[in-house]
Amino acid sequence: MIAWFQDLYRRRDLFYMITWREIVIRYKQSVMGFLWAILMPLLIVGAGIVVRAAFAYVAGTKLVMSDLADVSVRAVPWAFFVAATRFSTSSLIGNVSLVQKIYMPREIFPLAAVAANFVDFLVASAALTIFLAIVGTGFSVQLLWVPVLVLILLVFTIGLGTLLSAASLFFRDVKYLVEVFLTFAIFVTPVFFSVDTFARFRTFLLLNPVSPLLEGLAQTVAHHKAPILPWVGYSAAVSLVLLVIAVVVFKHLEPFFAESI
Amino acid sequence: MTAGADQIALAMQGVSKRFKKGELHDSLRDLVPALARRVLGRAAAADRREFWALRDVSFEIPRGQAVGIVGDNGAGKSTILKILSGIMKPTLGEMRVRGRLSALIEVGAGFHPDLTGRENVFLNGAILGMTRAEIRRKFDEIVEFSGLADFIDTPVKRYSSGMFARLGFSVAAHVDPDVLIVDEVLSVGDYLFQRKCMERMSAVLQGGATVIFVSHNLRAVTDLCSRALLLSHGRVLADGPAPEVLQRYLEAGLDVGTNGDRPASLSRFSLLNADGEAVRFRSGERARVEIEITAHQRIERASLVLMVESDDNYPLFSTSTERLGAPALALEVGGRASYTFDLDLHLAPGTYRLLAALYRYDIQHEYGRYPGRTFFVHSEIDIRGGVNLYPRLSRP
Repeated sequence: MIAWFQDLYRRRDLFYMITWREIVIRYKQSVMGFLWAILMPLLIVGAGIVVRAAFAYVAGTKLVMSDLADVSVRAVPWAFFVAATRFSTSSLIGNVSLVQKIYMPREIFPLAAVAANFVDFLVASAALTIFLAIVGTGFSVQLLWVPVLVLILLVFTIGLGTLLSAASLFFRDVKYLVEVFLTFAIFVTPVFFSVDTFARFRTFLLLNPVSPLLEGLAQTVAHHKAPILPWVGYSAAVSLVLLVIAVVVFKHLEPFFAESI
Repeated sequence: MTAGADQIALAMQGVSKRFKKGELHDSLRDLVPALARRVLGRAAAADRREFWALRDVSFEIPRGQAVGIVGDNGAGKSTILKILSGIMKPTLGEMRVRGRLSALIEVGAGFHPDLTGRENVFLNGAILGMTRAEIRRKFDEIVEFSGLADFIDTPVKRYSSGMFARLGFSVAAHVDPDVLIVDEVLSVGDYLFQRKCMERMSAVLQGGATVIFVSHNLRAVTDLCSRALLLSHGRVLADGPAPEVLQRYLEAGLDVGTNGDRPASLSRFSLLNADGEAVRFRSGERARVEIEITAHQRIERASLVLMVESDDNYPLFSTSTERLGAPALALEVGGRASYTFDLDLHLAPGTYRLLAALYRYDIQHEYGRYPGRTFFVHSEIDIRGGVNLYPRLSRP
């Protein structure tokens, strides 16, 4: 594990350049450019608001500003998770010629895919911060949880993306399964709603390691409450274990990458 | 080849590599039946689809040596390079590399068409193992080497394939590795650029680096490498001084063949110098070609054509028995005829091929064409091209 970090650290410039390439080529020749980084989460926020407004209408209540803040805070990291998972899954397949022709630590590809999307996430987060300031969400000491929760989400995404990138090299089906999974995942993740809306299915929902994180972000940012600590601990544990498994499996399979493409 | 352990830059010991031809499952649809077969104990069928790309390959290369690897397509050259560069792991055996290794297996790998030349230099440099600071330092040198200063801020998708390759090689040539692996990259670019590449490789060598060079351009191998390995079907057939190994390779490529389908075959097709059979000639040296034809069908009026081609299959010379004044040849089934040609090889240094054909001029019919020997020409003076015009330089 330590040797792995050293190897990776030695090639940090390569990681930087691949990440940079991912970002630059995505926005080169696009009219909107970096606005896409904000637009994609905005679409999810929009969908969330529509769903909530519909439910408020049916229930006869009114949609309040804190609802908007709540949905936005959940949607932005969710958009990051979905995009990063999708991009890292196809990151090795998309670099076939490099994988086959030149040696380098190959985990750089899924890592760079996550990193590029993380930059998008930071841009979207900046926009979100401005939005939250305008609607007057305010500050509290609970905001200190935000970096912790984001870090856990990052670790989880890296672990998942690394594992899926290698798997999709051996089985092209993985790419399609991931698409299906990401499409349905929104039903088992509290993006549009709070987990409390699900009453007795609450525990089931929280078993999804991303759920306590989104829930925690919404709680701390929009409602100034502490996250559900035991479940955050659960997410952190799952993420770490997943990362270790992903690295071990990845390094084990790596010698077969070039001949398996 | 008897250097101390710390003087060894590269070593392979008993390296074998097995590939499975049919066992790869690209989708779950293929995997499920394959697993079922394995569970049912019918895996034996799969074994026949394996093949060994390398078998028990061992060699040591001391620091600073340039080694050429030659062999026919499929001999295992690329597999060796892929194992040395860490892209593949050997099935059996061990491999050691000391120092920074850089592999020019494909120039411009990782170039992105939408990025400009400048951006791609940084990207490609990082891929080849340079740090950003290092690339920044060498950037001007790289651009100058490529000769693409005017296009450096143009997206490489607008480059011609030659420009693309030139920029790719320029980056790769500035990596400064301890061990440089080169696979056929010198076949890029125009003549002058190839020349530049060879000079750069020599410079890398003089800088103390170890070079492994794979090429079908035997001329380039002799120019650059002191030692060569001959591979055939995954095994090392010969390992020694480059000229001797290449000679052995060329001799192995000799194919006289007695093909019964054809109206006639060559029962003898030899290339000789004053001492006997040879494949290496001095420019201007007298060579003798001896050919014996055996007819499998009745041949009424034929003429034996002798041709010399350059190694890129360009016809350089041709003559025939009839053109040289001999009467047309007539043979009964099983009949034989022998000819001897004397040639003065006023050729530029390089690799050439001798060919023979049996041709009937009046109805313009070719009875058969026979690939002959490949031979080498070397010369003390440095000239390029096809022929030796014996240049002499005088100063006013």
